Amino acid sequence: MSRDAAPILEVTALVKRFGGFRALDGVSLSLHPGEVLGLVGPNGSGKTTCINVISGLYRPDGGSIHFAGHDIGGLASHALARLGINRTFQSPHCFLSLTVAENVAVAAAYGNGGEAADSDRVLAELDLARLADRPAGELNSAEQKRLDLARALATGPKLLLVDELAAGLNPTELGAMAERLRALAAGGMALLVVEHLMGFIDKVTDRVIVMNAGREIFEGRLAEATRDPTVVQVFLGRRHGG
Amino acid sequence: MPDRAEPPRAGIASSPMRARGWRDLAFAGAPLVVLAAIAPALYGNQLLLFNFVTFLALAQGLNVIYGFTGYLPFGYVGFFGAGAYGFAITVMDFHLGPGAGMAVAAAASVVLGMILSPLLRLSGAYFAIASLAAAQALYDIVSNPALDDVTKGPYGVSLSSVFAPDLSYNVAVGIFAFATLLVIWLRNARFGLALRAMRDDPVSAAMAGFPIVRGRTIAWLLSALIAGLAGGAYAWHISVFYPETAFDISFSIFAVVFTLFGGAATLLGPVCGVVLLYGLYNAIGITVPQYFQLIYGLLIMALVLFLPDGLASLLTRRGIRVP
Ligand SMILES: Nc1ncnc2c1ncn2[C@@H]1O[C@H](COP(=O)(O)OP(=O)(O)OP(=O)(O)O)[C@@H](O)[C@H]1O
Ligand SMILES: [Mg+2]
Repeated sequence: MSRDAAPILEVTALVKRFGGFRALDGVSLSLHPGEVLGLVGPNGSGKTTCINVISGLYRPDGGSIHFAGHDIGGLASHALARLGINRTFQSPHCFLSLTVAENVAVAAAYGNGGEAADSDRVLAELDLARLADRPAGELNSAEQKRLDLARALATGPKLLLVDELAAGLNPTELGAMAERLRALAAGGMALLVVEHLMGFIDKVTDRVIVMNAGREIFEGRLAEATRDPTVVQVFLGRRHGG
Repeated sequence: MPDRAEPPRAGIASSPMRARGWRDLAFAGAPLVVLAAIAPALYGNQLLLFNFVTFLALAQGLNVIYGFTGYLPFGYVGFFGAGAYGFAITVMDFHLGPGAGMAVAAAASVVLGMILSPLLRLSGAYFAIASLAAAQALYDIVSNPALDDVTKGPYGVSLSSVFAPDLSYNVAVGIFAFATLLVIWLRNARFGLALRAMRDDPVSAAMAGFPIVRGRTIAWLLSALIAGLAGGAYAWHISVFYPETAFDISFSIFAVVFTLFGGAATLLGPVCGVVLLYGLYNAIGITVPQYFQLIYGLLIMALVLFLPDGLASLLTRRGIRVP
């Protein structure tokens, strides 16, 4: 893949504080169209917070976020959705009293910056078509995760932030999900994938960033990360410490 | 890709939704409004009919904010009172006609809605209580003897110069028609769908591209407008009233109970609530109020326990769509 093109997402020295605690302490990353970047790290290292800030749920307290050339730090989520940024949630956020089709219809109507979104195709691709008329509240958790992704995709994003989409899926579903994400990237979408399952990260990502305590401690290929002493220390620290 | 020729922005539900909206209008909304308009020819007690129409409008107005966004304003009567006094002050102090009075009633409620819109940042019980406090504060201002020159303070107003019971009745029916149209539109358009999505999950609705602050503010102001208009028509129709009449908390409680009883977020639910419960109130509530309060109390308890989504849910649960 050509790396000459400008990155679609450029995050520089991002800081997010909760009270005195720095959940993000100067994170930088960049992402090109068609690229899948993995974001891994122990619990509480700031992965979800990073997605929350990029997707407009929280305002950054420092640093900058550029998307397709615009400075987007602090913009509201709905504006970011219309610019082409979308996300899934670590625990799915579906509209529980709406039907599956309506969940997707809202995003297609409001999040797509005026372009036609083919909701039926999104539903079919995520294997939700047969559930279209069921209330989202009746879906099981794997189905809700797919619906959360369908809602995001219906906005036609150029950048997709995925937070632990694989957790709780069975091996068949995992394989299908990995292929789906690769297909999205092949279509030119940029993806930031947060995940604890290393097998999934290995299958899906081109490159990973390892975070610890709000900071980036490694960037490169997953195979190299597993040989990096700092990374090993962070993930296995307790065992090494005896 | 050019091989698919699809109309732009034709979301999956858009044309079926539009057809459904027209059906709801033709078979539910329009007949109800026509019935309300001809009722005085069928039944002699115009004041009673006027009260029914007022509660129909208020219940649908509350439905707009509660049914579609989940915000439950116990102080809803504040908008009604603002409309009533907006009308009264225009007629009494500025010696203008009832048309101007209605315009001021509408403006007063919308301005009050804007002033109170920061309350939408609160949720659940906090919002309900804060809106109640705001209505109480407005009542305290209006009824303050120091404002005697403007509002006639606690001594009440008399608007006999513009008294026109038939015309004001028809204006109330018009307000009910407006509220009915609004609910039909919300139930069948993208905006109402997005509001219901926001009610379920505001974070995710924002991520779907819906501007949630603007969306909920619009719903809030529309709901306020209906109550303000209803208050203006009320002032016009009954002509003589006191602050404690126009700001009577019963307006809020009745509107809430009627809406919840019938089923919020539907068109027919609040109408059924008003017809059944306000009908019951008039049948026994006035002659034997103690029985009425007992029955009312039991009904509300049964409702909360067994039918939290109202009468309409008896059908929707079975997959039958209620307009
Ligand atoms: N809204 C918040 N208020 C206060 N602290 C927060 C908030 N959100 C996150 N934090 C804290 O920030 C730190 C990073 O949390 P975050 O959810 O980003 O971690 P994570 O890497 O996604 O972890 P996990 O793998 O468990 O999902 C944690 O210590 C968390 O407690
Ligand atoms: Mg997380």
